[in-house]
Amino acid sequence: MLDINTLSVLIGLIVLGATSGVLGTFALLRRKALLSDTLAHAALPGICLAYLIGGKQLGWLLMGAFISGLAGIGVVSLITHRSRLKEDAALALTLSVFFGFGIVLLTGIQRWGDGHQSGLDRFLFGQAAAILPHEVAYLTLACLLILGIVALLFKEFTLICFDRDYARAVGLPVRLLDALLMGLIALIVVLGLQSAGALLMVALLITPATTARLLTQRLGVMVALSALFGTLAAAGGVWMSALYGRLPTGPVMVLLASGLFLLAILFRYTRHRLGAYR
Amino acid sequence: MIDWQSTLWVIAAGGLVATSGALVGCWLLLRRMAMLGDAISHAVLPGIVLAFWLTGSRAALPMLLGAGLIGLMSTGIIQWLSQQRFMRPDAAMGITFSAFFALGVLLISRYSGQVDLDLDCVLYGEIAYVPWDLWIVGDWVLGPRAIWTLAGVLMVALLFTLWLYKELLASTFDPVYAQVIGIKTRMVYYMLMAVVALVVVASFEVVGAILVLAFLVVPPATALLISRRLPMMILISVALGWLAVVLGYMTAHMLDVSITGSMATVSGVLFGVALLATRLRAKIRSVGGELIGRA
Repeated sequence: MLDINTLSVLIGLIVLGATSGVLGTFALLRRKALLSDTLAHAALPGICLAYLIGGKQLGWLLMGAFISGLAGIGVVSLITHRSRLKEDAALALTLSVFFGFGIVLLTGIQRWGDGHQSGLDRFLFGQAAAILPHEVAYLTLACLLILGIVALLFKEFTLICFDRDYARAVGLPVRLLDALLMGLIALIVVLGLQSAGALLMVALLITPATTARLLTQRLGVMVALSALFGTLAAAGGVWMSALYGRLPTGPVMVLLASGLFLLAILFRYTRHRLGAYR
Repeated sequence: MIDWQSTLWVIAAGGLVATSGALVGCWLLLRRMAMLGDAISHAVLPGIVLAFWLTGSRAALPMLLGAGLIGLMSTGIIQWLSQQRFMRPDAAMGITFSAFFALGVLLISRYSGQVDLDLDCVLYGEIAYVPWDLWIVGDWVLGPRAIWTLAGVLMVALLFTLWLYKELLASTFDPVYAQVIGIKTRMVYYMLMAVVALVVVASFEVVGAILVLAFLVVPPATALLISRRLPMMILISVALGWLAVVLGYMTAHMLDVSITGSMATVSGVLFGVALLATRLRAKIRSVGGELIGRA
């Protein structure tokens, strides 16, 4: 029933779901929800360029994705600081132009080179079943590293989310911590590309965190709940996509996470109506 | 050998998308709702799939209306969620559009046999096929179907802009004043959203669900760098849209790559040039000012 491949993918995605749930909480509180969407879309040209430059190794492709995602963030901040355009325009512009360029490269790779064998499409909608066991090992390792950093700096990250002035006053390097947090978010987005896809990775980050936000006011509980919801969505996605054959994993995970969100909204509403909550 | 007739139809289709996109995109940009354009373009996908499925054809009208309605519904949901406690507008947007989009992608990949749609079309449209899908009534060949649909939607967008220009202007720049003089700003908002949804749905087949954003946002953003006056900004963004379409088509033809993707890329390059030019002008002016001050 459960062969070794599916099992390893399941383990990898559970860790991925939990990590993106944890980081999603901070992304949400730092109002980076749409920035992470832009980041995920902006990763596409990097993947294609890395493929064109040298080979198909996953680590190399993801490195390209990471660099071009960060370049996308750089462009957004350049536009918002150095022109009269506002953040929403900068986000939409960067997202669509980077993605358009990625599509140009993607179609180019398909037509110039070795045809459809490139398999780069899996980064768009996600195909968890295509992840190999040794890739799962690296994925898990990277996620554990991220979780470790967040655990070490939990107090600092909390402070820069809620009270930046105080954080500055007690001498924390606020900008450095901000950059570190953004780097970790970029890292998890890139790690998730293979299973959730560039188009829907933002939901894996944001939806569980928002669901948790509906249910609790305490940060520790919120992070834990968000990780739990991310895990449930990811595990359910792998399970259903193994069950029903070649379903793209990304959309299934997102719909499961959205289902949990809907339940949380209903729960809040009924509690509110019953008067238990105020 | 270049087939001039189909080349012209492809450029015309792209130009029509760029024109309608610029008309509504300028308002989105000035209202700081550019990402809402992104959200709508993702959210209409399940509506489009359902309309394809139910009507079994690419018949234009039911698809436009059905999918447009779902797009409008998604903006309503985003609005409602944003007003809840503990919800931020950006999170509301991200959750809503990703859920709708995921549903659409799942429907397409599960029922791709029954629905004449594939994920490539979602990603970058089928602008190259525009000249081959003809509208034939009886013995009359009336030209590509997409051109008629896009021209119709452009008429709607144009009439909307001209008819509600004052209302749009007032509720965009000074909503409080607009309400005082009796403009129903909520109504104007939802009408704008309806027209955006219509433009997005009509453009879907030609440029795909994601790259339509490049037509909505990039030319108006470039125009905003160049001009401060609204009528001028709209005209410049239409012109920039057409320029990107023509140059993008030529590039794509030379390199044999996605036409839509290359139009979006050229649009981005034009923006980059404009940004650089405005920065340079500001530099020159400040240096010039210093020199004059010293003299």
